[in-house]
Amino acid sequence: MVRTITLFIPCFVDQLLPQVGVDMITVLRRIGYEVDFPDEQTCCGQPAFNSGFWNEARLVAERFVRVFAQAETVICPSGSCTAMVRCFYPELLASSPLREDALALEKRVFEFSEFLVEVAKVTDVGSRFPHKVTYHDSCHLLRELHIKEQPRQLLRQVKGLELVELNHSEECCGFGGVFSVKFPEISGAMGEVKANHVEATGAEFVTACDPSCLLHIDGVLRRRQARARTIHLAGILAAQEGAET
Amino acid sequence: MSGDLLRQFHHHAREKAQDPAHRKTIRWAIDTYDAAVARGKTRFPDWEAARQRSYEIKWEAVNHLDRYLEEFEAKVIQRGGHVFWAADSGQARNYVLELARARGVKSVVKSKSMLTEEIALNPALEREGIKVWETDLGEFIVQLRHEPPYHIVTPAMHLSRGQVIDLFREKIPNDVIGDSHEELVAAARRALRREFFAADMGISGANFLVADTGMIAITTNEGNGRLCTSLPRIHVAFAGIEKVIPRLQDLATLWPVLATVGTGQHITAYSTLIGGPRTPQENDGPVEFHVVLLDNGRSRLLADSEQRDLLQCIRCGACLNACPVYRNIGGHAYGTVYQGPLGSVLTPALQGLAQYQHLSYASSLCGNCTSVCPVKIDLAHHLLHNRRNAVQEGDRPWRERLGMRLWRWAMMDRRRFQLAGRMGRALLRAFGGISVLKPWTESRELPPAPTMTFRERWRKNGAR
Repeated sequence: MVRTITLFIPCFVDQLLPQVGVDMITVLRRIGYEVDFPDEQTCCGQPAFNSGFWNEARLVAERFVRVFAQAETVICPSGSCTAMVRCFYPELLASSPLREDALALEKRVFEFSEFLVEVAKVTDVGSRFPHKVTYHDSCHLLRELHIKEQPRQLLRQVKGLELVELNHSEECCGFGGVFSVKFPEISGAMGEVKANHVEATGAEFVTACDPSCLLHIDGVLRRRQARARTIHLAGILAAQEGAET
Repeated sequence: MSGDLLRQFHHHAREKAQDPAHRKTIRWAIDTYDAAVARGKTRFPDWEAARQRSYEIKWEAVNHLDRYLEEFEAKVIQRGGHVFWAADSGQARNYVLELARARGVKSVVKSKSMLTEEIALNPALEREGIKVWETDLGEFIVQLRHEPPYHIVTPAMHLSRGQVIDLFREKIPNDVIGDSHEELVAAARRALRREFFAADMGISGANFLVADTGMIAITTNEGNGRLCTSLPRIHVAFAGIEKVIPRLQDLATLWPVLATVGTGQHITAYSTLIGGPRTPQENDGPVEFHVVLLDNGRSRLLADSEQRDLLQCIRCGACLNACPVYRNIGGHAYGTVYQGPLGSVLTPALQGLAQYQHLSYASSLCGNCTSVCPVKIDLAHHLLHNRRNAVQEGDRPWRERLGMRLWRWAMMDRRRFQLAGRMGRALLRAFGGISVLKPWTESRELPPAPTMTFRERWRKNGAR
């Protein structure tokens, strides 16, 4: 049985949203895992890959494969970055000398909620979060990794939490990485539509398994000074009795 | 480079994305569509099996185009029809123009055909002094407005009833007797009925070309397709070479699948098969029957093993409706004949990536197009592959190329990455409002810029 988890902390989580990583660790330790963080990790290569710069992306991806070569089980708090390794590395590294290592790594990388429900086989991680919450299905999590129920299963077990479904929960929030600054007029409009749906639920929090989507939705919600706030799934699961949210 | 087209795209996209009335109209239309499609899918015992079968039929056809097209041609000729193979738009237009000249055609009625939009047929006919009437209601409306179709299936999706009332009162005042939906449809019907009887030539598209019987299959909801193809003495059908399917029985799958994802119907109101001109035993139908088969870049696409599956497209419009970009900018902003994810991939495939690469970048890669496609075309990943191809062809701006090189340089070394991150966060804190961040800040607040990264918290105390 797996006891030590190797953390894959996406570059922008490291730099902009460190609390997501901290919360994920809190949950993993609470259910009895040891965690390890390979200090050499930087980025999985997705920004360049999605921009079409596959030569640049390949070098960074190969570096990623080397950094995680020894890891037994890798967990990432982002559906999109997990999908990069699991779904896109096989194509990106198809003719790389590290192809076999990439294919082997692909089977050991899990998204956070997926790991809890499918591998650790837990849905109740002893959390308490007495708030009305809605859940956004992030695109790569849903359509590349096909993860839809697992986060909801986890949320339903959180004490005090009222889960309300988000209308059009599967519609993209408009982030899309560089798309958000290359086509701000479209990305911003998509963000507004998402924020409208969030506000219509009356939820205090919108959660998701992708910090990048939440970063985007948060930017739109704060711009319109909405009551609703964003929180990563790990943040909800890390919360316990008496703890601040 | 696609500089001008990109600027135009930004301009039109911004205009529509910031137009709340437009957003409301489109979302209402697509919400209605979504509900109808969800109901429609429940009529299938196993929707995914129907989807898989549709994919297999089209895959088989596309991978044996040579055989099935010739089979189709032979059958049509046997029944006294004509088949013309057009390599490009110009050849297709000239064929019908010469035919119209030779037969003294003065007016043409058309049923819906995106292919004739692709080859810009209407303006060519009009330049010859021939009157052209679009007879699909939506097409008729956008023709009166001098607009291209807004959507490949529902061309006037962007218009409200009020706008149609004003349009009809201005353009066909004598036919309008009231403002209800029924009365507006009746007005168009009165106006068009005259033209059906007066027309010398009927032009249609074809949803499918059935190889084993040599027939074209047409799907409509208004009956206008049948009038166009049976009243005038000449019928010319236009079809892309990818429209062929092997067998008549394949329609048992494809017709209901197309109707379901196209409009949520089980089967469209009129499903018509046409195999040739009127025979001596028949007393109606056209005297002449012509099929124009258009290549226009399709056989080049057939040679592309990665994107060949685009030829499986049955033009159902599902990916347009599913696309969050389409939902916000609408069909006209694309500036292309085919809109939405299909158009963003098909246009560069047929007309060149150099001019149309921006359409592949104008996507969040959410993947919803791929997941709704009834013939399983991998649209979202084609958008991604087009980006790779654009970079490979050296078509990207120098700033982006430099930026990506710097990004790689930073990411290939943990210390450089940390340094770049520290500088980036300092920039975010100090100059949140500076113009370089404006594309983000025009509609959103900036993300936080924490003083400590995850790595630093990990190193300090194991991120406890």
